[in-house]
Amino acid sequence: MLRENQRRFKFDWLTIILFLLLVTFGYLNILSASHEGEIQSYFDTSQLYGKQLVFVGLSFILIILILSLEAKFYERFGSVIYLVSILSLLGLFIFGKEINGARSWYAIGSMTIQPSEFAKFATALAVAKYISDLQTNMKTIKDQLRVAAIIFVPAALILLQNDAGSTIVYSAFFFVFYREGLQQVYLIMAFSLIILAVLALKYGIAITGIVTAIVLLARYFLRRKKRASIIQYIAVLAASVLFSYGVNSFYEHGLKPHQQNRISLWLRLEKDPDKLEKMKKAEAYNLIQSEQAIGSGGWTGKGFLQGTRTTGKFVPEQETDYIFSTVGEEWGFLGSSFVVILFVALIIRILFLAESQKSQFSRVYGYGVASIFFVHFTINVGMVMGLIPTVGIPLPFFSYGGSGLWGFTILLFIFIKLDSNKINEW
Amino acid sequence: MRKLLLFISVIFVGLVFMARLFYLQVYSSDAYSILDDTAIRKVYNYPKRGYVYDRNGKLLVANQPSYDVMVIPRDVEPLDSSDLQEFCGLLKITEEEYRQKLERARNYSPRLPSPFVPQLSKKDYAVLQEKMWKYEGFYIQKRSLRSYQTTIGANVLGDIGEVNRQIIARQPYYKLGDLIGKQGVEKTYENTLRGIKGVKFIQKDRFNKDIGPYKEGRFDTLPRPGRDISITIDSQLQAYGELLMRNKRGGIIAIEPSSGEILAMVSGPSYNPNLLVGRDRSKNFSKLYNDSIAKPLFDRGLQAMYPPGSPFKTLNALIALQEGVITTEERFSCSMGYRYGNRRMGCHAHRSPVNMNIGIYESCNAYFANTYRRIIDKYDTPAEGMDKWSNHVQSFGLGDYLNNDLSVGQPGKIPTAKTYDMAYGKNRWYTTFTISNAIGQGEVLATPIQLANMAAAIGNRGYYYTPHIIKKIEGDTIPLKFTTPKYTTIDKQHFEPVVQGMFDVYNKGTAKYLQVPGIEICGKTGTAENYAIIDSVKTQLTDHSIFVAFAPKDNPTIALAVFVENGYYGSRFAGRMASLMIERYIKGKITRTDFEDFVLKHTLEHEYEKPYSNEPFGINRQTTLETVSEEEYRTIQNIKANISKS
Ligand SMILES: [Zn+2]
Repeated sequence: MLRENQRRFKFDWLTIILFLLLVTFGYLNILSASHEGEIQSYFDTSQLYGKQLVFVGLSFILIILILSLEAKFYERFGSVIYLVSILSLLGLFIFGKEINGARSWYAIGSMTIQPSEFAKFATALAVAKYISDLQTNMKTIKDQLRVAAIIFVPAALILLQNDAGSTIVYSAFFFVFYREGLQQVYLIMAFSLIILAVLALKYGIAITGIVTAIVLLARYFLRRKKRASIIQYIAVLAASVLFSYGVNSFYEHGLKPHQQNRISLWLRLEKDPDKLEKMKKAEAYNLIQSEQAIGSGGWTGKGFLQGTRTTGKFVPEQETDYIFSTVGEEWGFLGSSFVVILFVALIIRILFLAESQKSQFSRVYGYGVASIFFVHFTINVGMVMGLIPTVGIPLPFFSYGGSGLWGFTILLFIFIKLDSNKINEW
Repeated sequence: MRKLLLFISVIFVGLVFMARLFYLQVYSSDAYSILDDTAIRKVYNYPKRGYVYDRNGKLLVANQPSYDVMVIPRDVEPLDSSDLQEFCGLLKITEEEYRQKLERARNYSPRLPSPFVPQLSKKDYAVLQEKMWKYEGFYIQKRSLRSYQTTIGANVLGDIGEVNRQIIARQPYYKLGDLIGKQGVEKTYENTLRGIKGVKFIQKDRFNKDIGPYKEGRFDTLPRPGRDISITIDSQLQAYGELLMRNKRGGIIAIEPSSGEILAMVSGPSYNPNLLVGRDRSKNFSKLYNDSIAKPLFDRGLQAMYPPGSPFKTLNALIALQEGVITTEERFSCSMGYRYGNRRMGCHAHRSPVNMNIGIYESCNAYFANTYRRIIDKYDTPAEGMDKWSNHVQSFGLGDYLNNDLSVGQPGKIPTAKTYDMAYGKNRWYTTFTISNAIGQGEVLATPIQLANMAAAIGNRGYYYTPHIIKKIEGDTIPLKFTTPKYTTIDKQHFEPVVQGMFDVYNKGTAKYLQVPGIEICGKTGTAENYAIIDSVKTQLTDHSIFVAFAPKDNPTIALAVFVENGYYGSRFAGRMASLMIERYIKGKITRTDFEDFVLKHTLEHEYEKPYSNEPFGINRQTTLETVSEEEYRTIQNIKANISKS
């Protein structure tokens, strides 16, 4: 009897409360961003806020379903779920519907479903299943390549459907791999490559080469013991210069003009005032509007449903990718900080729970969940506030859309279910 | 360590985001105001500006609609060449000007409205309005301009013009393109006359289209109309004064002593107030502003400071009586002047010795030198006496701003002990150093309005009301400071002998040829020496002619000061003009047409040209009077006839 009771109440209520707060606050902001004139009925499904309310309602049915399944189900069927998900992505090439240039949707009547939103939890399950296999050793190249392949397949399919934003999310798994034993050298390399890329774009190949040379020289003289051969140093330098060259030519030739401009705006590469003026009306337009809306919120914001820029629909895509600008305008610094704190709290709570898991599967999956939320949160909010280049990616529980909301809900609640089962595993 | 990477990253990102939010929302964001919100269009509704009436209810200033073409540079769509040509044609500007104006507006602010072409005529407006939809980013703002119902009183009425950016920075009520009182009563009564503009807030979308009233118009306000005012000016007297001042430079200030109301405030040369209305306003204004020789914008009645000369002597008589240092019958001898030490202050030929009455009407310098010394030397030190004397003089409103409701003014100057301490050192000067004060010269300076006020205080036998221009404000009372008498330091009983002396100036003194039948006038002539720097040499020019008077002798209804630049002796122009103004005001008509003919027929323009002629010239006694041209004389007669009709 005691066991029975324990099982019923051992869900992590703190995570659930954070989830409820985020969903509620998210819905209120969608209401604000999408209403036009008087709100006739909150259930008016011809309006986005009415639809979102339905999505929220359906997500609770999903939650009950997820929590009522056996925890073992997710580990056992992880691979199947992953395969189904990959098939659904493949099916897009045949049955998919193109919206805004991305072939990412299935249309069922008036409803649309975006399978890439569901591919995230499927991939997380598959990764968890593979890594938690006793045979797997993340320090070996073989397993590193295999696990990379697991994330590469959905990422590549999504990229082919022209949804670059959702592709970037799969970089989240780097945190998982690192936690599970990926060598430190990858971390250092990833970090160095990012810095090299930014340097190359901003200051050109020559300066990047000189900076790299200085850093290598410093390392050479500081490291008197276990010095690598000079040839190795020269090889690294050559590789860096080659990489810089590659980055620059990819920027020049590989990117579409609008992508180029986004990066150019972020790194402030463009100096020609006429071109800047043009960008202000094109690539930079959303960002400028978004920053102005957030800035106009001040300390406490203009109040719920009172944002003049939100009401005037100044920020394009405000109910989806730019929803955080509504928070900024109507709830001010206090409200926006509250949202930032909610996300940070949720991610840290998941991390904490993941670390406390007895089974490696649960831990790896939890890590995946935390990493995916982290990447979404960082890229979306960072973009809306102009800290990173524009990338179209939703803010979990805030951005309008059923697939997104359900995808994140499933992602989170599978973990809550796994976590609730940790006592049973003994 | 492996466990910490994501944890640290999350905390780091959270902190960076909070810092960024703080920067965007708190640090670099001003306090939110709906008025600065670019998502809200503000549509202003300008109220009617209050009308201005004269003391007899004659309408002087009304309104006329005006249409400004405004631009919001950010919203301007490039025009193709035929549209541009048409638009410039309608606005009567060149395409080059179009570009310049647009650039200037953009430099001010790309998102705030700037005036593009102000003050279209009604006809241009009608044509333009039809086509306005073609020109995105431009719109027409209706405002109200002044419509002057008169051609006189430009210096009194003032004008309205576009606010400048300094004013906008200080007073956020005003927006670029708004009109504000710039001079005269338009400036001093700006807040009363302008009313409060109404504003409608309209929610815009990002395409700058209106999507409806903001919050159902909850914050909208209705315009509050400006209030009408009546000013104290008698427009007929003002017109007559301006006519007399034609072809001369100078000022006339006439005050009603029993109230301090300014009846006339003439400054010559004057200009037609209609010059400062409409599209030619700025062109005409710079022409007036840049006329550094005739200085039409310099209000000579209010701003010109001169040594007042003889009229000032009356004050010394009053102070001496108040201080008890002389009696009215005490006599001083004068042999063509007054000797002190080895110096001498000259006087003209007259009988000697003289008592106070003769001293005043003969304007005897020796008499007043003696009187003045008695006042100062009554006290232990000249400094103490000087301060006592100065205090008495200042109680007549001299030596400081009158603190009234005129937009310009000057303090004049009345010396104190400190003035001489600064010049000579403390206790290192004697009464004789300051003896010129006895006859209104030396360190004494006054403006015509101060002298008119002094005459009013004498006429009132010891008090005055601050001279002011406001008579009535619709729905309000005029400020208390204008209805509270200010008392001089001289007791009432001391005024009679001085008033009698001023009366005898007309009976037997320097103004005996200026009498007006049936009116008992008290007055005092004066001259002020006049110097100019010509080719860096200080050169004497013909004296300024000064006259100060009030009438009737008992319970005066008008007090005035007249001064005419380079008019020579006091009674020649200023005295005649004073008599004419008094007769015109009291009787409503002129019987001394000989004075009128003299004043109207003669011009002083040649006097004013002398310093610029590069030729040697004579002054004062050596000058001759010149008459106006036939044509000008006919014009003058026309104006005169019109004044009588209105
Ligand atoms: Zn004398």
